[in-house]
Amino acid sequence: MASNNKNLVTLLNPLSKDNPVIVQILGICSCLAVTAKLEPAFVMGISVIAVLAFSNVIISLLRNTIPTNIRIIVQLVVVAGLVVIVNQLLMAYQYDVSKQLSVFIGLIVTNCILMGRLEAFAMGNKPWPSFLDGIGNGLGYALILVIVAFVRELLGSGTIWGFQVIPDSWYEHGYANNGLMILPPMALVVVGCIIWIHRSYNKELQE
Amino acid sequence: MNKQSNTYTIIYIVALVIIVGTALAFTALSLKPLQTANADADKMKQILASVHITPAKSDIITDFNKYITDRFVIDTDGKRVDGDAFAINVSAQSKLPQPERKLPIYECTLAPDDVKYILPVYGAGLWGPIWGYVAVNSDGSSIYGAYFAHQGETPGLGAEIEKPAFSDQFTGLNLFKDGVFKPVNVIKAGQAPMNGEDYVDAISGGTITSKGVASMLDNCLSGYKTFLESLTNKGQ
Repeated sequence: MASNNKNLVTLLNPLSKDNPVIVQILGICSCLAVTAKLEPAFVMGISVIAVLAFSNVIISLLRNTIPTNIRIIVQLVVVAGLVVIVNQLLMAYQYDVSKQLSVFIGLIVTNCILMGRLEAFAMGNKPWPSFLDGIGNGLGYALILVIVAFVRELLGSGTIWGFQVIPDSWYEHGYANNGLMILPPMALVVVGCIIWIHRSYNKELQE
Repeated sequence: MNKQSNTYTIIYIVALVIIVGTALAFTALSLKPLQTANADADKMKQILASVHITPAKSDIITDFNKYITDRFVIDTDGKRVDGDAFAINVSAQSKLPQPERKLPIYECTLAPDDVKYILPVYGAGLWGPIWGYVAVNSDGSSIYGAYFAHQGETPGLGAEIEKPAFSDQFTGLNLFKDGVFKPVNVIKAGQAPMNGEDYVDAISGGTITSKGVASMLDNCLSGYKTFLESLTNKGQ
């Protein structure tokens, strides 16, 4: 039971108390790039979950064989290889999705969360906990991405998932979409607000 | 075995790179046919989108063969040259000097007497390439429909060029004004071009992409000038 509990903590902790984006402040770049609309943010989240989980498992399996002085290079090769394979699979079986994500899928390689998790967790843990850690951190990342994208799309474009939700009558009465919301800096401000709310509920995180 | 020795490190990384390389080559080669088929179907879908036909995924090839009754390649003098219009790389052609270009045309027959000519265009946006298809009526001047796509323009800003809200603005506009060739311009909402050419509203916040569309139309469509004039003359 003890091990089950530990696995559960590994899986669920990254969702809030140990969230990669709002607590560890990793993966901010992609958080700016893909959150102007909800749909790409969602698919990006799914892709990161997949790549993170599998690279964690592979590195965890290799962890006892990797020479220490080239471990970062080995991690990069594995991640880059996986990202290319995911991209190829999407192009073959989910062409529309791959077209939509285009450059973002390549950006997964540069996501700090991946290197962070590989280095901090997979290098020192067995494959199954590493897999759960990958899923957990991927979910934690995707969660923040979706929240930020929701706010930005609603206020910036007046739509949710591409459907208009702000009624036309509002626009007739002078309501205007906030163009600033679509620009990357506002993603930082939104992330900042989320961190603020999150920390005021979790006093132990305050410094 | 000493895992920190140079020999181990070198053998390890070489083996890893060979394994990963093989895996990538295998994936790329085995998925290639599927990817090419997808890319072709997607191109057909885009061509049909310029004449307002949006087939379901399974009907794309059937519909393409049904509506696109002819496809051919011309040079800038409007003469037909050899080549398969579908296989021509519009991106490469758009960068050549005008007289050397090979220009593909898709002839689309919507009804027996209703023929449209679909002209591919290709240019640069803010972050990467943008491209599209412009369908011209048989009078050689008025636009029947347009479709634009992009690789990685900013979502919510430049990426809006792929929305019908933008491309539908082109319907009914003219490429010729009083017999002079003036491809449609894209300019800031509320303004009008000085030389009286037809125009559409640019996307606010997507200035560079909008300008990219304008220069793409200018660059690519001007090659078809002679061909379009011959259509106009035939009609009169």
